[in-house]
Amino acid sequence: MSQLKISGGTVYDPKNGVDGVIRDIWIENGRVVAAPTDANQKAHRVLDATGLVVMPGGVDMHCHIAGPKVNTARKMMPETKRLAEKVHRTPLTRSGTMGSVPSTFATGYKYAGMGYTTAFDAAIPPLAARHVHEEFGDTPIIDKGFFVLVGNNHYVLQQIRDNEPEKLKGFIGWLLNAAKGYAAKIVNPGGVEIWKSGGGDAAGLDSPVDHFGVTPRQIVTGVAQAAMDLGLPHPVHIHCNNLGLPGNWQTTLATMQALEGRRAHLTHIQFHSYGGNPDDQSTFCSEVPRLAEYFNTHPNLTTDVGQVLFGETTSMTGDGPLGYFLHQVYGRKWFSSDTEMEAGCGVVPITYKDKSRVHALQWAIGLEWYLLVDDPWRVAMSTDHPNGGSFLAYPEIIALLMDRTRREEVLKRVHPKVKDGCTLVDLKREYTLNEIAIITRAAPARMLGLDRKGHLGIGADADVTIYTPSPDIQRMFELPRYVIHHGELVVEQGDIRKTFEGKLLHVAPSYDESLVGDIQTWFEKYYSIQFANYPVDESYLHEHEVVATRR
Amino acid sequence: MPQVVENVACTQCGCVCDDLRVTVEAGRIVEAQRACEMAAEWYRALGSRNPPLAAIAGQDASFDAALERAAAILAASDAPLIYGLSRSSTDGQRAAVALADKIGATIDTTASLCHAPSIMAFQDTGESTSSLGEPRNRADLVIFWGCDPAISHPRHFERYSIDPTGEFLPGGRRDRTVVVVDRAPTASSARADIFLQVEPDRDFEALWALRRLIDGELPDPAAPTGISRHALQDLAERMKGCRSGVVFFGLGLSRSGLGHLNVAALLLLVRDLHEYTRFYARRLRVYGDVTGADSVLCWQTGYPFSVNLGRGYPRFNPGEFSANEMLARGEVDACLLVGSETVEQFSPEAQAHLATIPTIVLDYPEVVTGFVPTIRITTAVYGVHRRGTAYRMDEIPIPLKGFLASAFPSDDEVLASLMRRCNYT
Repeated sequence: MSQLKISGGTVYDPKNGVDGVIRDIWIENGRVVAAPTDANQKAHRVLDATGLVVMPGGVDMHCHIAGPKVNTARKMMPETKRLAEKVHRTPLTRSGTMGSVPSTFATGYKYAGMGYTTAFDAAIPPLAARHVHEEFGDTPIIDKGFFVLVGNNHYVLQQIRDNEPEKLKGFIGWLLNAAKGYAAKIVNPGGVEIWKSGGGDAAGLDSPVDHFGVTPRQIVTGVAQAAMDLGLPHPVHIHCNNLGLPGNWQTTLATMQALEGRRAHLTHIQFHSYGGNPDDQSTFCSEVPRLAEYFNTHPNLTTDVGQVLFGETTSMTGDGPLGYFLHQVYGRKWFSSDTEMEAGCGVVPITYKDKSRVHALQWAIGLEWYLLVDDPWRVAMSTDHPNGGSFLAYPEIIALLMDRTRREEVLKRVHPKVKDGCTLVDLKREYTLNEIAIITRAAPARMLGLDRKGHLGIGADADVTIYTPSPDIQRMFELPRYVIHHGELVVEQGDIRKTFEGKLLHVAPSYDESLVGDIQTWFEKYYSIQFANYPVDESYLHEHEVVATRR
Repeated sequence: MPQVVENVACTQCGCVCDDLRVTVEAGRIVEAQRACEMAAEWYRALGSRNPPLAAIAGQDASFDAALERAAAILAASDAPLIYGLSRSSTDGQRAAVALADKIGATIDTTASLCHAPSIMAFQDTGESTSSLGEPRNRADLVIFWGCDPAISHPRHFERYSIDPTGEFLPGGRRDRTVVVVDRAPTASSARADIFLQVEPDRDFEALWALRRLIDGELPDPAAPTGISRHALQDLAERMKGCRSGVVFFGLGLSRSGLGHLNVAALLLLVRDLHEYTRFYARRLRVYGDVTGADSVLCWQTGYPFSVNLGRGYPRFNPGEFSANEMLARGEVDACLLVGSETVEQFSPEAQAHLATIPTIVLDYPEVVTGFVPTIRITTAVYGVHRRGTAYRMDEIPIPLKGFLASAFPSDDEVLASLMRRCNYT
């Protein structure tokens, strides 16, 4: 067996309590292994990491990189690609396009080139799961998976209305198996169904949903409980109601409270932390301190930020009414697509401007979250790619977190009233390299329940990123010296050295199969495809791994 | 022994009905329950011809010799074009884009002859749309504009739009108002509650008049539509007042006059209606997997059709990089057709140029290639001989089964073999 030794690097492996210690990492068969007991034993290959920083491969737990809405965004916006970086074909790699929504091959190469080796698409209607698997087949190198939309699924709403928690749990188990998905996601619970059935949205956590007689509150708690009862490695993944609206912090707080101790992940929380009056943009402000205070004392909750960066990007969401709202605010082209029985979707181009008070506050509010959560193990880095900005902005965010003077410089050039609407100017905290390693790999891997990702302990997947330390922190994280994935050297100083398909990560929870008859009866009444043609079979999966449920 | 295969998906049109019950015996399909006339004819014909696996200049040839010659054609080409892909499946489409990427070809799909103007309109304005199950379950107002699905998509009414009962339409047909707008009565208008006859090439004016009426303004009297103001007013009120509406549109809109502007007017009308209700627009795609061809090209290159890879990265420009126009301008010196069924829709100039350059054609056994290509290779049929995926007109991916054996390779196997022989970088 071929062995690789990464020799003499300064290792940051927070899960195993290693904070900047010089040590060797031994790799064999795609896993981290113990150093040989015979000190004279030589590895077949040695990578000299002396003077370099060694971390586990990055894990992006919330992004939009595949499937119908991502591909529609590519299709809708040729104009954003012409001026963007060109991705040339090479003897080893395929060509592609960039812009805020890169083509599939480019997505794989760019994640790997930045030292990220795992990424999860966060919002897939299960009816489109087959499409995602096909795109994943063309998204090279990285390991990947996706979350399945359930928060506006009609069968889910009916079971909650009828107070049938066993049937709800069975259905979500069946659905995750059928789609070969990873986690249960709820997006604007109930609000999307209100939008689909005539327009409008859920005003709050207790707004009744047309036709179904349930409330967002019931959906949140019902699905959270079902995900726990199924033993899913990642708990319910929640995109709260009222995204983007001034004053929405109260809905976010109420959602956290409604969970009553159940495990849950609140995603792109930056977009849900706004104070002010929804009818008066000038009152828009941050409510992060109040939310963070609650969050810090409730360890059942985790979050990712959804950081906004200034520039041109694309909003894409399963939150149909949000897409329409953004279209009305900005007046730009708008795509909406509803998926029968399951979901909505909105795609709108968006430009975040530093001279806009609201946009600059959104930028500041994201940073407040990173800086006000006490325990970095409970906050993951995200831009909600491409919603707040591209995943390629992670090095910039790292630099902002590690260097408060850099934040102060930005604050000098943005809209002057930003300082009055948030606490960022008072936050002196600077992240350490170890904390960066937590929020970019160790914590997201833990939140996802991926025991072999996000660390370098024995048995871990040999996904390793090696950086050249630099006073220019952004540069350091943009251009890793080496990236190793599945034990193979895939990137060297920005150049792809080896490509492969990467692995699909999915779950296969057991569920009460006697419930399938009821699901089938419902399905056959309303869907436009055959029940037998709904589940994705293994011919779509290629290399894949079932991540075990917890009991 | 006859064998029954359930839940078979048909790729004869963009409906991709996946509920067929097919009986096979002795390597032929002997019965296809629930098949429409179009599908039944296609299934009946399958296995009726047994063309050679490979032919060079119309003469039988070995597969190997044909591939060798095809590779030589591509190697000698400075400006190759790969075109077709709508009768293929994801794997074939992937292989075609990979080959185009490797040899720096232009790649285009049959969309460029059909709904390319609709996609360009969507790139301008966006679109409010849905999967086909949404109108089935919700739409109490169903409009067909410039299309005749009763002929082109025979089961559309039954499965998706007019007849089925739905979650919020328990009465089925009687819960829906059906409107057809077209330049002449059609088989579809015979099924409608309301038929509005629009003057030829006045669709844009009619759509714009509806936008004005919905906005509370009067239509421009200087822009005749052939439809009375009263009838337009009535339609505008129905659109505003419905609970959920859908407008299916076809080539009558996208291929007449300034097609992209016609479609843009329709997409804007649908967008405007969101001030009052929910409304969907849905283009009726023609070929079984033309939507898949858009999708695969788009996820691999970022662009849905008319993509040029000659500079080593993808560029998109409809017209400049569209198959018909490039051929007509004589800008192509070799052409690989993955499915030749739309060649007869090319302009006379394009067809004339095609006859002067080396051509490589991959066709299904039953397809009679309308000209004698330099190389013809017969390929197995996705959804009959090979598994695959077809993207329905609403982009829902439908699995295709392979349930009959075939001696022919699939197009992705042929394209992969061809690519291995293109050893230059």
